[in-house]
Amino acid sequence: MSRSLKAATAVGVLLLATACGSSGTPSSAGGFNPPDLEAQKKLGKTEGKVNLIAWAGYVEDGSNDPKVDWVSDFEKQTGCQVSTKTAATSDEMVSLMKSGQYDAVSASGDASLRLIASGDAAPVNTKLVPNYKDVFAGLKNQDWNSVDGVPYGIPHGRGANLLMYNTKKVTPAPDSWSAVFDKASAHKGKVTAYDSPIYIADAALYLMKTKPSLGIKNPYALDQKQFDAAVQLLKEQNANIGEYWGDYLKEISAFKSGNSVVGTAWQVIVNAAQAEKAPVKAVLPKEGATGWSDTWMISAKAKHPNCAYKWMDWIISPKANAQVAEYFGEAPSNAKSCALTSVKDHCATYHAADEPYWKKVHFWTTPVPQCLDGRKDTKCVPYSKWVQAWTEIKG
Amino acid sequence: MTNTVPTAGFVRRFAGTLHRRPRLQLSLLLSAPLAWLVLAYLGSLAALFTSAFWTTDSFTSSVVKIWNTDNFTALFTTDVYRQVALRSIGVALVVTVLCAVIAFPVAFYTARIARPRWRPLLVVAILTPLWASYLVKAYAWRLMLAEGGLLDWLLAPLGLTGPGYGLTATVLVLTYLWLPYMILPIHAGLEQLPASLLDASADLGARTGRTFRLVVLPMILPSIAAGSIFTFSLSLGDYIAVQIVGGKTQLIGNLIYSNITLDLPLAAALGTVPVVIIVFYLLAVRRTGALSSL
Repeated sequence: MSRSLKAATAVGVLLLATACGSSGTPSSAGGFNPPDLEAQKKLGKTEGKVNLIAWAGYVEDGSNDPKVDWVSDFEKQTGCQVSTKTAATSDEMVSLMKSGQYDAVSASGDASLRLIASGDAAPVNTKLVPNYKDVFAGLKNQDWNSVDGVPYGIPHGRGANLLMYNTKKVTPAPDSWSAVFDKASAHKGKVTAYDSPIYIADAALYLMKTKPSLGIKNPYALDQKQFDAAVQLLKEQNANIGEYWGDYLKEISAFKSGNSVVGTAWQVIVNAAQAEKAPVKAVLPKEGATGWSDTWMISAKAKHPNCAYKWMDWIISPKANAQVAEYFGEAPSNAKSCALTSVKDHCATYHAADEPYWKKVHFWTTPVPQCLDGRKDTKCVPYSKWVQAWTEIKG
Repeated sequence: MTNTVPTAGFVRRFAGTLHRRPRLQLSLLLSAPLAWLVLAYLGSLAALFTSAFWTTDSFTSSVVKIWNTDNFTALFTTDVYRQVALRSIGVALVVTVLCAVIAFPVAFYTARIARPRWRPLLVVAILTPLWASYLVKAYAWRLMLAEGGLLDWLLAPLGLTGPGYGLTATVLVLTYLWLPYMILPIHAGLEQLPASLLDASADLGARTGRTFRLVVLPMILPSIAAGSIFTFSLSLGDYIAVQIVGGKTQLIGNLIYSNITLDLPLAAALGTVPVVIIVFYLLAVRRTGALSSL
């Protein structure tokens, strides 16, 4: 009996090994050559449903707040039932897209290029997205949503990572990221930070302004020395951290209870926390900030591509784009949506058309060995090393 | 009617064949569960172990099937992995000890002191928390442990504060979550303890402490060991309670979880760590004889 069991196990292992081995794909290490994929030529009949991966607050159907709903009308008009998977980090989005079960994703710059390179995202035919013509020119064909002039997505909106603080506990009101770095010990055990390797860029940005001798030009292009300095700063910060947040609901609850009093946040978190009567405010610190510019991308394996195109057109239509931009607290991508926001100066507040302002915001992007700031004489630390360092920072 | 005759004949002949060949009968009976065991159960472990030897494209994080042992080298040479592994073992051991210490008096009461007609009800009461969702319980603890939460409020008159989120909170919540798994085997063990042995021990002049040490404990040690398999392995694999109440604490499960999205092979290599630890733990438990008495 035991011999036959062993034999059966061996056969099973062998079968598995061959099954796994046969699907190997060649990798394109180093250079950036997106796989040869074609954009859809024309729209067909809608498929009746669409599966989305989105940031929290991007796809609201009224279930969180009956007043916040731009999905129901879409479903009524197109007959595409929307199901959404909320992702907490770009890394999660990348891995979810690999599953092939989703049609579209609201990818930030640090996910979009990875999705293009791996062949998970397909090029987009902007002719099939009528509202694309109204998108701000500053968002079209950028490094993070196109390759060699081929668009891979529809810009959704952009914003900055803010410094949120408890107005009762943190006085005077902070105006610098030093509140979470050099002066974090004032709130030992109550500082919070975003739980993702990309947060290392926040430390790099702070060092860029406070330690010019390091010569950091771009927080996503760090050579080994600059990277080590940023990691060291975060290790020092770790002593004062209460908890890291990945789930935005967790951060809201921590600020509400007072377990966290200062740390990085998104505008949507600030809005939600204020709505729940937490005494919080947010500020864009004087050092500038990291931020995101999000793009709706379509999966190369989309099972509902026509509904996905309809969705991409819908979410940047003036009305829906205004709603999502106001709810999330970001700058919309459609110029016409500025006239439709319920708060009239929303676009001015969020600098929707203010390109010089966005020069100060460093959009998330994936660090690669070729330095993004144009340096040729040195190698930069790639994202895989950022991931490893992030584990070590948390200890 | 005419159709069923050959069928019945076939069934009868088949039954006859089976009766004459007991080994065939046995292998047919076992083939389905064995296929499950080998393919789904051992197969997934084999797939885990196999993928630990692959690597990923550093940019796209796609798995690249090039055989190497880098992940295991990293596992043994990186300080943080060692620290986290040791921390996880520590948490699992502390949770196990706490569960055993709390469970023994509870089980002693439910198995020997409470009136017999109440005993089944008490066991049901112990099992009740298992009916509630794990997440609900963990989030309830998050609220209780929050600043100014229930625990702070209870401890305030004593001039103390709650532990807040962190390692202590993690141990506390895991102990709460896995306690029933420890109480039940001890309850079963104590129930089978013959009362005559306790009487004899008392007659021979042993006090409570001595009876406990020399009679009760050796007899229920296998039960404690059996319960500890649950508490130890469940604690070692947990990553959700840690995320909810652990503050910035990382356990081995969190490392696997955070790597699985970006570096599946490394996550697989990390995943073998708890497997190896549990195997060693089971071997140690086997020496107590707990596995043979299950």
